Amino acid sequence: MSRLNKFILPLGGFALLAVLLAVGLKQAPEKGIIKSPLVGKLAPAYSLPDLMQPGAVVASDDLKGKWHVVNVWGSWCFACRDEHPMLLAIQQEGVVPIVGIDWNDEEAAGREWLAKLGNPYARVAVDREGRTAIHYGVTAAPESFLINPQGVIVKKVTGVITPKIWRDEMLPLIRGVAGGGQ
Amino acid sequence: MSRGVVFAATLSLFLAGVAWAVDTTPPIPDPALQERYVTLTHELRCVQCQNEAIADSPVEIAAQLRREVRESLIAGQSDDEIRETMVSRYSEFILFKPRWSAKTALLWLAPALMLLVGAFIALRVVGRRRQLLETDDSVVDEDGDG
Repeated sequence: MSRLNKFILPLGGFALLAVLLAVGLKQAPEKGIIKSPLVGKLAPAYSLPDLMQPGAVVASDDLKGKWHVVNVWGSWCFACRDEHPMLLAIQQEGVVPIVGIDWNDEEAAGREWLAKLGNPYARVAVDREGRTAIHYGVTAAPESFLINPQGVIVKKVTGVITPKIWRDEMLPLIRGVAGGGQ
Repeated sequence: MSRGVVFAATLSLFLAGVAWAVDTTPPIPDPALQERYVTLTHELRCVQCQNEAIADSPVEIAAQLRREVRESLIAGQSDDEIRETMVSRYSEFILFKPRWSAKTALLWLAPALMLLVGAFIALRVVGRRRQLLETDDSVVDEDGDG
């Protein structure tokens, strides 16, 4: 009995530790990323100044009933520069419009950025004080939200949308509902 | 003597750094609200730097989160409502002190569990030693005389 204990107890302890460490290792790459509790919830409403048309307003209601992507960026954001070609490619594909939220940015700098690199956005809203970004639980730029016709956030991408993320994780969601037969 | 003064002055320079305030906004006029503001901003984690409270973080988003807390307090929200709003946007992660839930149960119970396991092992070891001592006291006596 005590012999068995001498063997079983350390083995059990070791197995438990191994499982704990394995789970920890598996989750390690996502450790710095805060999982958004907003996925599956209605996208927060916003009504913000239009970057491209002074005096106009970009509102969440403008895209009601449509699949679209809300992309949070800023001209100060280095990773956004890496993401930009992909956003232009998505625009070219024409599957979903992208609404840009120019976050904590100087409007002139934002406009200059789009003039230089191209404008992938259907609309660009200015969130000068970061209020809308806080409603969306934004922690850093770029962050993107895929929103369905019911206005529900179906996916959040923290960081750059890579071609792989777009192809494997975003398009299937859009096609799955919108495409029907595919 | 003067060396002591220099030493003290130098030391005070180092200590002064600790007292630098990040939050430069004027306090809320109502002292009760200000007190809750200070408590809440120390409870909420900066979402960008992640190991600082929003009260201590110099980054812009921390300042904006403080503004959010301040405005909610002035609008008459309770502490729990403010925490709840923050969690609904940024997840449980934003709270330095996670709330009790099925997900966090293990986290909260782990120290007690480990203490129990440790106590169990310790008691067993002590018990076995005592048993050995009681059965083999001839051996112990010999050792004692050495």
